[in-house]
Amino acid sequence: MNDEKKVYELKNVTKIYKNDNKEFTALKDISLDIHEGEIFGIIGMSGAGKSTLVRTLNRLEEIYEGEIRFFGEDLGKLAPKELRKARQSISMIFQGFNLLMQKTVIENVMIPLKIAKIPRAERKKTALDMLKVVGLEDKKNSYPAQLSGGQRQRVAIARALASDPKVLLCDEATSALDPKITEEILELLKEINRTRKLTVIIITHEMSVVEKICDRVAIIEKGVLAEIGNVTEVFTSPKSAAAKYLLLPNGEADSVNPFDASSTDSHIVRIAFDGQSANEPFISNLVEETGRKVNILSANTKSVGGIGFGQMVVELPKDEEDSKVVLDYFRGKGLSIVEVS
Amino acid sequence: MDEYIKEAILQGIVETFQMTFFSSLFAYILGLPLGVLLYTTAKGHLFENRGLNLILGTIVNILRSLPFLILLVLMIPLTRLIVGSSIGTVASIVPLTIGAVPIIARMVESSLNEVPSGIIEAADSMGASPFFIVLHFILPEAVPSLILGAAINVATVLGYSAMAGVIGGGGLGAIALQYGYYRYEKTVLWTTVAMLVIMVMLIQAAGTKLSKSSRKA
Repeated sequence: MNDEKKVYELKNVTKIYKNDNKEFTALKDISLDIHEGEIFGIIGMSGAGKSTLVRTLNRLEEIYEGEIRFFGEDLGKLAPKELRKARQSISMIFQGFNLLMQKTVIENVMIPLKIAKIPRAERKKTALDMLKVVGLEDKKNSYPAQLSGGQRQRVAIARALASDPKVLLCDEATSALDPKITEEILELLKEINRTRKLTVIIITHEMSVVEKICDRVAIIEKGVLAEIGNVTEVFTSPKSAAAKYLLLPNGEADSVNPFDASSTDSHIVRIAFDGQSANEPFISNLVEETGRKVNILSANTKSVGGIGFGQMVVELPKDEEDSKVVLDYFRGKGLSIVEVS
Repeated sequence: MDEYIKEAILQGIVETFQMTFFSSLFAYILGLPLGVLLYTTAKGHLFENRGLNLILGTIVNILRSLPFLILLVLMIPLTRLIVGSSIGTVASIVPLTIGAVPIIARMVESSLNEVPSGIIEAADSMGASPFFIVLHFILPEAVPSLILGAAINVATVLGYSAMAGVIGGGGLGAIALQYGYYRYEKTVLWTTVAMLVIMVMLIQAAGTKLSKSSRKA
């Protein structure tokens, strides 16, 4: 991973807002690299500065101090015209979709191509191809108001892909969508990442989003980079208080593993509930249907708007075969599993 | 009602229509760009320029705060300069245009302000130039609101055109004044009023319909 090309190199990025002699530090000394082809998650509580951070990546926000390199080029040194050119390869999708409501779906997808001064006939062809990628070619003449939230975000993704970008920034792109649609959009993003080798940067406050599709994650708290690493590493053994807090939303930062496993070499996994499977008594069902048992080490669930979210850390059976049966059962139920040890 | 009065009223309708149409047209040619300029030079917008914004804003406010009747009188020298006369239908187009420009500019500005900032942010993130953003993002998104504003503006110009009758402008206003006020012929007075009401209603209905059919969300 590390020998891959770097899409972004951030060095000591600091953002300070000055207003009426009052100073507010939104980002402080953030240094990180983003590699080509990865899905990079940036997670934090609201107000942590993650949205500001993603906006510095295409200079919608100017930074106060530090340096942001995009494929080795210093973004901050670009003249307005050069910046506009660079932005054509840095696409962005938003929580509120930001589609042109008075234009049809295909006109929306064509607009980045118009900005790039591509001939009209070619614009139409590319736009149709992009709509095929997101599965909405039959809606090309509809207006955004006639589409559902999930469909609107698909149009926004098609629009973002039209200019053949090198990186896709997603600013809380699934936060306005329900869990099922979120899942579909994340699937689509993952597929695009795979098939087009597109680097994807995702800003979110939902750990389930990071868990499902990100390769690496950065945790931002109060404008500071609290932790960065592979998703599995960070999620299974969070080091910073911020990471622990995000993983255990009830704030029991120290209770990641309250029970000790029966032996040090046992197989432990973390199961995340994403709202779809929370209503099912699946531990009981596991025992009834497979006859295998698991040892619950910790559990933490909460209800958000009537939908269950949370996680459970369980110790799998010692026997390899039994352990596999249990894992297959969980995966068959569509649960997201992360191996702890 | 005498035949010649009927003819005069018919003539008045045509003149009022002409005054309203041409004044609105010229006022939009000047007022639309002015409104765009007021919007784009405001704080936090594409061509932020506080000095220019303050100057334009002040001119617009002064023109708007003048009662139209006073503006009519003040504009007489300018009208003479442009048209060569200060009396008649054509002459009244000048003060009507000048009177409507600031109203239109403010109306346009407020329509553009309704466009969600997210749209502009998206345009920015695509690498669109400021001119492109105004032309292809902000204005098209504001069209339904601009049309609705236009209906109000045209109806206002129509109302103003009736006032132009006081200083020798043509149209229904002049007829109402001559026959209705100086000769106190009630039938003529009420007929012209009815005509004006009908015209305003037609303009408003057309504007609302156009705006609705253009609105996709």
